[in-house]
Amino acid sequence: MNLTQQFRDITRSVTYGPGVLSKLPKSARWSLGGMLIIAFYFMPYWPNVPVLGWIINTPGTSFENVLTDQIMVFVLMALGLNVVVGFAGLLDLGYVGFYAVGAYTTAVITSAHGNLPWVASLPISMLVAMLAGVILGTPTLRLRGDYLAIVTLGFGEIIRITANNSNWLGGPRGINNIKHPPNIGPLKFTVLNAKPYWYLGLTVILVVLFVLHRLERSRVGRAWSAVREDEDAAELMGVDTFKFKLWAFAIGAAVGGLAGSLYATKVAFINPDGFLLQLSILFLAAVVLGGTGNMYGAIVGGFLVAWVPERFRNFDTRRYFVFGCILVLVMVFRPQGIIPRRGSAAGPRPVEGEAQ
Amino acid sequence: MLLEVNDLHVFYGRIEALKGISFNVNDGEIVTLIGANGAGKTTTMRTVSGVRSVAQGSIIFDGQDITKMPPHERVKLGICQAPEGRGIFPGMTVRENLEMGTYVRGGNAVEKASDLEHVFTLFPRLQERITQLGGTLSGGEQQMLAIGRALMSRPRLLLLDEPSMGLAPMLIAQIFQIIKQINSNGISVLLVEQNATQALRTAQRGYVLETGHVVKEGSGQLLLDDPAVRAAYLGG
Repeated sequence: MNLTQQFRDITRSVTYGPGVLSKLPKSARWSLGGMLIIAFYFMPYWPNVPVLGWIINTPGTSFENVLTDQIMVFVLMALGLNVVVGFAGLLDLGYVGFYAVGAYTTAVITSAHGNLPWVASLPISMLVAMLAGVILGTPTLRLRGDYLAIVTLGFGEIIRITANNSNWLGGPRGINNIKHPPNIGPLKFTVLNAKPYWYLGLTVILVVLFVLHRLERSRVGRAWSAVREDEDAAELMGVDTFKFKLWAFAIGAAVGGLAGSLYATKVAFINPDGFLLQLSILFLAAVVLGGTGNMYGAIVGGFLVAWVPERFRNFDTRRYFVFGCILVLVMVFRPQGIIPRRGSAAGPRPVEGEAQ
Repeated sequence: MLLEVNDLHVFYGRIEALKGISFNVNDGEIVTLIGANGAGKTTTMRTVSGVRSVAQGSIIFDGQDITKMPPHERVKLGICQAPEGRGIFPGMTVRENLEMGTYVRGGNAVEKASDLEHVFTLFPRLQERITQLGGTLSGGEQQMLAIGRALMSRPRLLLLDEPSMGLAPMLIAQIFQIIKQINSNGISVLLVEQNATQALRTAQRGYVLETGHVVKEGSGQLLLDDPAVRAAYLGG
């Protein structure tokens, strides 16, 4: 029993807390969940709470804006990418491409080349991103593992470079004046007030979480797990693996497009520099950090990857050093992620050293 | 005739793994393919289940040409393979693994329960391990799980690829006993084995494969008694 092992045992007992939670009576769980959700709706006010505020606040930048521009985006992207990587086991290194498609679709139809109302932008962006997912997936999902990763990597870059070189999409200057959502009663969606966007974003996150939760428990979810665990065996059990991989891609892309659309309406201005390859890597880091295949893990991972660099902004460029250290530490002590998927340790790529 | 394979040619890149193999399985029969490593046994199996595509020749199942049919549709017709080695879902529990077997038929809870019951009478060990993750089972238990999972799909033709591989001698005898038991319930079995003696004793008929050809065929007993087969595969 060495130090590492002891640390693991401690952290394990902490994060298997959710396992203890599931033993609580249903009513207790519901009220606990409800309280948590309400607490999250008050998140823009968290920096005013003693102690918690000191921990969570982001020095030098407005926490509200970090919440909407970074955390909302990363949580949604991690949830969407988790469908592809965590549920179906497909390594996608170009996920930023769908984010870009969603953002540009919203920009094009509400500002650059159209005047559609904001309400239409969400579903249309999702559909277009989904279509992009199907177009990318149809030829490439016959590839496996590393090959798929490389092709998706290329896709992410193609989207960005296309946007950069297309005048219709504003070229390097991008597109501005993207429509804000209409005001709802006291909620005024303006550039200066981020709170309403957080309420909107959190609502979207909850809806996505609910839908994905249902999907995971369905026949589709079972097919995804089978594909992830052993693609050949899944096919031999009668799972149309190609169809379900394509579904994973399409649904992941739709969530990515949704995140892109929300981001575009919040910041009102996008250009190709907002969709760098680095983002794909960070989205993937969020999923892996949180626990591949676990949605609550994806949420925690998305939050951390978005928040940590902002929290340590006063470290200047060294904040990425802090960020890197945290990533390494989590991977040492929790190789399956912060909240692992049940069974992930017995998965197809076992961490051999861990058993000792 | 349940399965009829005619003049099957299969390539891996430019290497011809099967050079015109023909064989058949009658309803209710156990048929075995034996042969040395590299003879094409597993390739034949993978071609019948549909994971490998065919260059030339045909596969007829129950009167229907399935040569070009994707594997998941063959499962619907009743062809189910228990893959070689660790072809189980390691991160799913034993129960979830078995339930994946019923995937093609959809969910009827009553049917599922009785199928589970049936698998557990064949493999009581699996019942003891029901909540354990597939990947944490021993090699023999994983093999049982793979066979049990295939049975859950209620196949008409069960494809078994090296069911005795890596098992202790006592378990091997048990596995062959179970194969006979499965067959007595009316399921036809196509069995690929290195353990030729046991396979020929279990099967009604056998085919001997050598570098992509069928070199001999006949009843299990006939092949067991054949001096050439004895010398080559049964250790003299």
